[in-house]
Amino acid sequence: MTDADSRPDPLTPVLTKRWLSPNSWHIDTYEQLEGYTALRKALAAQPDQLVELVKTAGLRGRGGAGFPAGVKWSFMPKEPAKPHYLVINADEGEPGTCKDIPLMMADPHSLIEGCVIASYAMRANKCMIYVRGEALHCIRRLNAAVEEAYARGYLGRDILGSGFDCDIVVHAGAGAYICGEETALLDSLEGKRGQPRLKPPFPAQAGLYACPTTVNNVETIATVPFIVNGGSDWFRRMGREKSPGPKIFSLSGHVERPGQYEAPLGTTLRELLELAGGMKDGIPLKFWTPGGSSTPLFTAEHLDVPLDFEGAAEAGSMLGTTALMIFNETVSVPWAVMKWTQFYEHESCGKCTPCREGTFWLAQVLERMVDGRGTEQDIDTLLDVCDNVFGRSFCALGDGAVSPITSGIKYFREEFLALCQQNRPGAEPGEPALAGAAR
Amino acid sequence: MTEQFDFTSTERAVSPQREPVFGEDVRADAKRIVERYPEARSALLPMLHLVQSEQGHVSSEGIDFCAEQLALSAAEVSAVATFYTMYKRKPCGQHIVSVCTNTLCAALGGDEIYKGLSEHLGVGHDETAGTPGEEGSLTLEHAECLAACDHAPVLQVDYEYYDKQSPESALELVKSLQRGEKPAPTRGAGLTDFRTAERQLAGFFDRPGARLSESVDGPSAAPETLRGAHQAQHSGWTAPAMPDEAPIPPLPEKE
Repeated sequence: MTDADSRPDPLTPVLTKRWLSPNSWHIDTYEQLEGYTALRKALAAQPDQLVELVKTAGLRGRGGAGFPAGVKWSFMPKEPAKPHYLVINADEGEPGTCKDIPLMMADPHSLIEGCVIASYAMRANKCMIYVRGEALHCIRRLNAAVEEAYARGYLGRDILGSGFDCDIVVHAGAGAYICGEETALLDSLEGKRGQPRLKPPFPAQAGLYACPTTVNNVETIATVPFIVNGGSDWFRRMGREKSPGPKIFSLSGHVERPGQYEAPLGTTLRELLELAGGMKDGIPLKFWTPGGSSTPLFTAEHLDVPLDFEGAAEAGSMLGTTALMIFNETVSVPWAVMKWTQFYEHESCGKCTPCREGTFWLAQVLERMVDGRGTEQDIDTLLDVCDNVFGRSFCALGDGAVSPITSGIKYFREEFLALCQQNRPGAEPGEPALAGAAR
Repeated sequence: MTEQFDFTSTERAVSPQREPVFGEDVRADAKRIVERYPEARSALLPMLHLVQSEQGHVSSEGIDFCAEQLALSAAEVSAVATFYTMYKRKPCGQHIVSVCTNTLCAALGGDEIYKGLSEHLGVGHDETAGTPGEEGSLTLEHAECLAACDHAPVLQVDYEYYDKQSPESALELVKSLQRGEKPAPTRGAGLTDFRTAERQLAGFFDRPGARLSESVDGPSAAPETLRGAHQAQHSGWTAPAMPDEAPIPPLPEKE
């Protein structure tokens, strides 16, 4: 174990390594690169052993919430009284998040192999991959990969002579961010409006068609074959105690070299920025998101926060999807917050009042402020409305919607105030308020 | 369920004279969609993509058709069709141009791109320049985050990615689409048209140029996608080596 204590390299390509191979999406390439070896190994074990393996490895959900995947799997009934389902959440749409789409394009078989292993572990014979409709090329690649996997006996009846049957359906969504919420996704998959369900019952009791169901993110499931092959000790050599493993960090915005960087969990933005060539044109960092727009903003003060589930939470945000949107000094915070709020307004499903009404009011107040017609009281109004949305909405969309606003005001109150100065009684008409971002 | 179906039939009886808009082939496709799922209603989203691929939008006939196939009321299908952004309620152009104007793309130029295209085409969000369906007709929309933030600012044509756009490059792209050309996307298969894309979203890859075998390749590994992996390769960085035999833990003891 001496070796195990050594620090891993700054970048640890596991999921992203195969992406470098030409035609990485073809089954021949995949098989040449150890593809489907984990499936053979998994099918030789008992399903519960695999649940135990994923638990021991400490794999946490990569879709944003970070719930331990093995624990989630263990909620599924052991004796199937009803059909069990595995549903893959490939509805990537959280602003800033762009990891699952390149993964499905480059390496669809890793997801499929993970699906079969996870289905076996949870005694599911049917797996649905719910892909965002706008990701058409992923849908093609997945459909082709599923066909290839059937042809080679990795899907269908009696997989590799194990007696286990598994079918995969690739299902295209139709443009609704809310369907990334797991119960809304299930409703959508049942052919309904994608609106979240009340929990409990949790999907493991009553999910798709009221049958036991587990919903997992693409990256989570694509990690499983590597854990089966490498074991939990190997997996834990990357990342931190409570957040082990490698993670795809997606850097976007004002950086020299935006892109996908797979590094151990716990890596900091300072380290990642160094890998990405620093801030674009050397213009200093102003604010960033650790994991999409639903995770409270960070600033230059947070460059050394370890980006894992605990580190991000202790610093007042959330790890989310490790979608690092990076903005330099030229970008107006109230403008950015307004744009995100308009997004949540558009995507609120309308089921619950705090979110449906709140996002509309928040957007209107912010639009007014950015337009130069705000007053200082608007800041209090915003915070008051946020307070009435946060924790009072049906699902996490409402909480996500207020994150940019409350964190934006927390760190950049002056900018919001500056928008209001000219509207003070007796104030000289000032400069037109900034509307929009400089390049 | 039966009652709802009866309601649909009654409604139909009021105007029974209409020629069926969707032929036997579409009916057969609809049946194939239903067969994919353990429960028929799951077929609704792909079926709406299917009727949209036939007509270029989800018409009231399209809604009736889906309702009939799935023994739902037209109201139930309408409720679903109007919930999702990708189902269009007015006839669309040959192509649909979706410009990401979410915060990050907008900060990098997405708003300017959208504004430039809107001015050039003389249309706003969800409107069509030209006669819908005819060659060179374009529907413009501003889109929410398209999950390609490392390639920002991005736009999509018929849901194919055109990465790292500028107001100038986007205008050139749109002009060539209007001339009937089909410039290749940055990532994805060759461009077809909106209706073919919708047919693929329904899960059918049977049109020339859109067969799975023909369309599955095409570029996807943009420099941004591979950046971390390349950098690791050049620096000699790797994940720790896997052990030769990693054990799978034994079954946990029953408490």
